[in-house]
Amino acid sequence: MIGRLLLRDLVLLLPGGRQGGTLLPLLFFLAVAMLYPFAVGPDAQLLERTGGGVIWVAALLAAILPLDRLVSPDLEQGVFDQLALRGISEEIALSVRMLAHWLSFAPLLLVATLPAAALLSLDGNGLRTVMLGLLAGTPGLAAIGVMIAALTAGLRGGAALSGLLLIPLAVPILIFGAGSLSRPDDTGIMLAGAISLVLVAMAPFAGGAAIRAAREG
Amino acid sequence: MSLAPGDACHVAGPNGIGKTSLIRILGGLLRPFAGTVSRTGDAALLDEKPALDPQLPLGRALDFWASLDAVGKDARQHNIARTRLDTLLDVPVRFLSTGQKKRAALARLLGQNAPIWLLDEPLNGLDSEGVALIEELVAEHCAEGGIAVVASHQPVTLPRHRILNLPDFAL
Repeated sequence: MIGRLLLRDLVLLLPGGRQGGTLLPLLFFLAVAMLYPFAVGPDAQLLERTGGGVIWVAALLAAILPLDRLVSPDLEQGVFDQLALRGISEEIALSVRMLAHWLSFAPLLLVATLPAAALLSLDGNGLRTVMLGLLAGTPGLAAIGVMIAALTAGLRGGAALSGLLLIPLAVPILIFGAGSLSRPDDTGIMLAGAISLVLVAMAPFAGGAAIRAAREG
Repeated sequence: MSLAPGDACHVAGPNGIGKTSLIRILGGLLRPFAGTVSRTGDAALLDEKPALDPQLPLGRALDFWASLDAVGKDARQHNIARTRLDTLLDVPVRFLSTGQKKRAALARLLGQNAPIWLLDEPLNGLDSEGVALIEELVAEHCAEGGIAVVASHQPVTLPRHRILNLPDFAL
């Protein structure tokens, strides 16, 4: 049952799915990484020093884009109602959605980080830290994303609101994830991972409650 | 009020009286303000939302629910033939008409194989043949020992059914 849900969610979210899937957020991510050297000039040292942070900010902004179609189409079409009638709780449906969202987003983001790092002239060590940090931080971003998508699903103008909500919630991940770039060890990455795990554990319950509230409202 | 296997109930009343709310309370999707609902067996819901992915071809959208409900291949084809959707399986759900979507939701409902049917305005958007199909399917379902609760502001012919006229209960 979980496998079937996951398969459906992946088909909807991967590139080629509902409204382009995660392809557009990824292109947006690359576009931001490309824009930055144009804006600050071709100073390789400056780019190397700030590039990791730019990748993090770009990843955060790209994570906002898919939110408005992560949960709300299913709520409008009554998919959650039909799942509930079959004994599949909102929590399970959202856990699966979170996993699918991460799978459709994070691996491609990590691949896209390679050309982005080249554009920002990051060295091998910096690239490694950014990649590990993103690997630790993206589950948390996916969890926040699902939570916010569920919260704003029943609202008009939810798309703009979700961006505004995601940014402050993602600040801890950003601080430790991007902060690990300026530290000699990997403690920042570990802390980003720890925050991610807390968010992953919390999100399905918060999101499930939000969907039930939207249904009764 | 209680319904036993084989019973059908027509929930009647004007718009806004609470037919949909009652149906959703019966399905456990809403909490009643007062009173309790108890039911034995699964409930299947047919309402104005088909719950089929709009961008997928109808066949694949139905397949998702069929696989979730563990419907066999023969039963799948039987349900599709029964709801006259054979020629529409390759058409994306978003291009279907209201009545065709309703019939698709009906195929999903048949596949769920639940003893209790909750039908919220099932006749909306259906042509006369579609209405006859719904009445026929409900009659068969009740003859096999199922329960059907049909909320509709239109008259609907059901087998040995009772009518729950909601305005009679208004405060």
